[in-house]
Amino acid sequence: MFMRPMLRFVPDGTRIRFMRGRFLGIAVSAVLSTLSVVLFFYPGLNLGIDFAGGIVMEVRTEGPADLAKIRAGLAQQGLREPGVQRFGAPDDVLVRLEAQKSAAATQAVVNKVRAGLDAAQPGSKVLRTDAVGPSVSAELYRNGMLALGISLLMILVYIWFRFEWQFAVGAVVTLLLDITKTIGFLAVTRFEFDLVMVAAILTVLGYSTNDKVVVYDRVRENLRKYKAMPLRELIDLSINETLNRTLGTSATVFLASLPLALFGGATLSGFAWVMLFGIVVGTSSSIFIAAPILLFLGEHRLRREAQAPAKTAKATP
Amino acid sequence: MLYFSRLKTILVLGICVLGVLLAIPSLLSPSTGIGPFRTIRLGLDLRGGSYLLMEVDMGAVIKERLDGLADGARRALERAHVRPYTLAIQAPQDRLLVKPGDPGQQEAALAALRDLQTTEGQGIGARPDLDIAAGPDGIAVALSQAALLERANQAVQQSIEIVRRRIDETGVADPIITRQGQDRIVVQLPGVEDPNRIKQLLGKTARMTFQLVDEAANPTAPVPPPGVEFLPLTDKPGQKIAVRKRVEVDGANLTDARAGQNPQTGDWVVNFAFDSLGTRRFADVSRANVGHPFAIVLDNKVISAPVIREPITGGRGQISGNFTAASATDLAVLLRAGALPAPLTVVEERSVGPELGADSIRAGAISLGVGFVLVIGFMGVFYGLFGWIANLALVFNLFLMLAVLSLLQATLTLPGMAGILLTLGMAVDANILINERIREEVKNGRTPLNAMEAGFRRAYATIIDSNATAFLAHVMLFIFGSGPVRGFAVTITVGIVTTLFTATMLARLLMVRWYAAVRPAALPV
Repeated sequence: MFMRPMLRFVPDGTRIRFMRGRFLGIAVSAVLSTLSVVLFFYPGLNLGIDFAGGIVMEVRTEGPADLAKIRAGLAQQGLREPGVQRFGAPDDVLVRLEAQKSAAATQAVVNKVRAGLDAAQPGSKVLRTDAVGPSVSAELYRNGMLALGISLLMILVYIWFRFEWQFAVGAVVTLLLDITKTIGFLAVTRFEFDLVMVAAILTVLGYSTNDKVVVYDRVRENLRKYKAMPLRELIDLSINETLNRTLGTSATVFLASLPLALFGGATLSGFAWVMLFGIVVGTSSSIFIAAPILLFLGEHRLRREAQAPAKTAKATP
Repeated sequence: MLYFSRLKTILVLGICVLGVLLAIPSLLSPSTGIGPFRTIRLGLDLRGGSYLLMEVDMGAVIKERLDGLADGARRALERAHVRPYTLAIQAPQDRLLVKPGDPGQQEAALAALRDLQTTEGQGIGARPDLDIAAGPDGIAVALSQAALLERANQAVQQSIEIVRRRIDETGVADPIITRQGQDRIVVQLPGVEDPNRIKQLLGKTARMTFQLVDEAANPTAPVPPPGVEFLPLTDKPGQKIAVRKRVEVDGANLTDARAGQNPQTGDWVVNFAFDSLGTRRFADVSRANVGHPFAIVLDNKVISAPVIREPITGGRGQISGNFTAASATDLAVLLRAGALPAPLTVVEERSVGPELGADSIRAGAISLGVGFVLVIGFMGVFYGLFGWIANLALVFNLFLMLAVLSLLQATLTLPGMAGILLTLGMAVDANILINERIREEVKNGRTPLNAMEAGFRRAYATIIDSNATAFLAHVMLFIFGSGPVRGFAVTITVGIVTTLFTATMLARLLMVRWYAAVRPAALPV
């Protein structure tokens, strides 16, 4: 078993005609992305403390947590509408409160929560306290969005330099569709959207680009190799040739993320689920979205360019 | 692509060995390290501790500068015999507006105010710190932008120094205090689960002054007489006392302050000692005012206003005023450390208990272990011998990542651990690309050696392209991210670089060596 490979995803010479399903692929993607945009506005994302500001305390109770009792205990301390929810294990509770105006007020609220917990469930321990002021949360949000925006822009520029513009546009449009779906996933699952999620989305972005680049690379190579082949067939061929690699890499990244989702604890499991979702979306979009867009944009141009030797040389640094 | 000179072979293997050696200290004991070795630091989210992001109140810094400027302007106008005049502080524009009552004195006033100017910097870059312009509504004396910036910069630097001294006084081990941006200070306190006390210590500017009490003024009057202010008393809430604005001795002239107990009453007090300048001034003031009360003012509140019984010439004194052991100690700490140039406000606070940190480390370690086994198993099953070579490269990749992170003394956070795991998943992509390519070339009828050569060469460009974009995205995350997320960006970017080395150099070397040793008729792909 240590010498020869024991399994493969698809046999050699597989020729699935993916481009036949191009309209269906783009239609499904468009519907999902539109739905995601709707979900982004209603009900919207569950903004985490990084972006919404406020106070979050993670508490471990002695024995299973009694949420009703804790709520009553906090109400007795005069805390208005504290969010109390279970967080992972049955003895883990998350208490969420609004941002306070001053550091002193924040400390007062934190102390009240401690007192309320002691009364409701003696022996409770505060594991973590986060307090983010409104100016900081606005800044974190802005920076998170900047990181996403600038990354997209840099990917666009990079691919534009390394390939023809059709490839760059195809990749970035696909990435935008990927991101909207990921945001829709966040809206549906109610995972908290915070800086860690921005990191997850950026990682999905990087992974998804990687996938597209590999397919595009092969398309470019085949454009030079098979000068007479229609673009549609050529794209199908390229996807099939790289299919084992596409599925293989998806599998390894998937396998690496899976334990995080299962054992990573409350902080990382959201991150990992977004990764898992992103891997599936990113892999399928390489085949069903990025490739068809290339087909639409490049039906005439890419062929002609490929036949003009000067142009091809320019595209291959 | 297949030929490795002896030097290159030694270099590649040497880097791997060096990587393992450099990674060992971090594996044995992160955060503290052994002896002189550089190690990874554990982030506060793994180690437990508090993170405070504080903002220096620049408005207060500028206001104080304007107040000082107004005082200077009044004195200058007095000396120039400009009278009467109106003087208004216009805080939003960072300026004073002076209008002499007699328009004929405009020139004299202008000359007097020009004397207030000092220059910032030296040589050609030197510029006056004030912009003085006469207009129809009067003479505007504005702080120049350069001077304001310099002032703000000084205030933040000074604050960092004071914050460091105050925290050092509390005995917290290895605090990290750094500046962030224009007006912010980050304080990281490993092992501090509840930063309440630190926040209280940092929440006071602790500017102490000794001022004389104006016994003639009535503190219940609606407006204090000129040169006098009504200040609240700390131990009698609601009551005020009339204090002369002139500062006789400043807390900056203290050399020491200690909490202690009054031997007669047993009350807690703070004993202090002045430096030579403070001693002289305090002696002069007390000699001239025997029998009169003076006020000890802390942050615009009067702690106590004792009557001077005899001249105090020894430069030592005692503050009493309803202290407890804790509050006396805190005040002593604050006085020793010095006053902050401006109030600090906590705008972000995160604290993690050691229990949660330990949980996170365990969760991260389990995920890493399971993920590693899954990825290795997959590569073995799907790629056979070359898969196992990739796995060996993966192990060295892990060591090299740890080594680079140790050299950078990077902070390992919980998201950072996720970054390591994802790097493992993505690293084998390069090997998969190479292996798939070699397989294709074999199917195209190439000889084993040719196929390997072509496989490496063709996969190379793709590997660079696909990693470059991911690299760019995570550099952005590092620049714009903060806290634990930055740890994630660091591990991933470092991982991409080490992956390029292990997947394309080490794995290739191992595959070529294997080929040279075995000379197989067919490749196991």
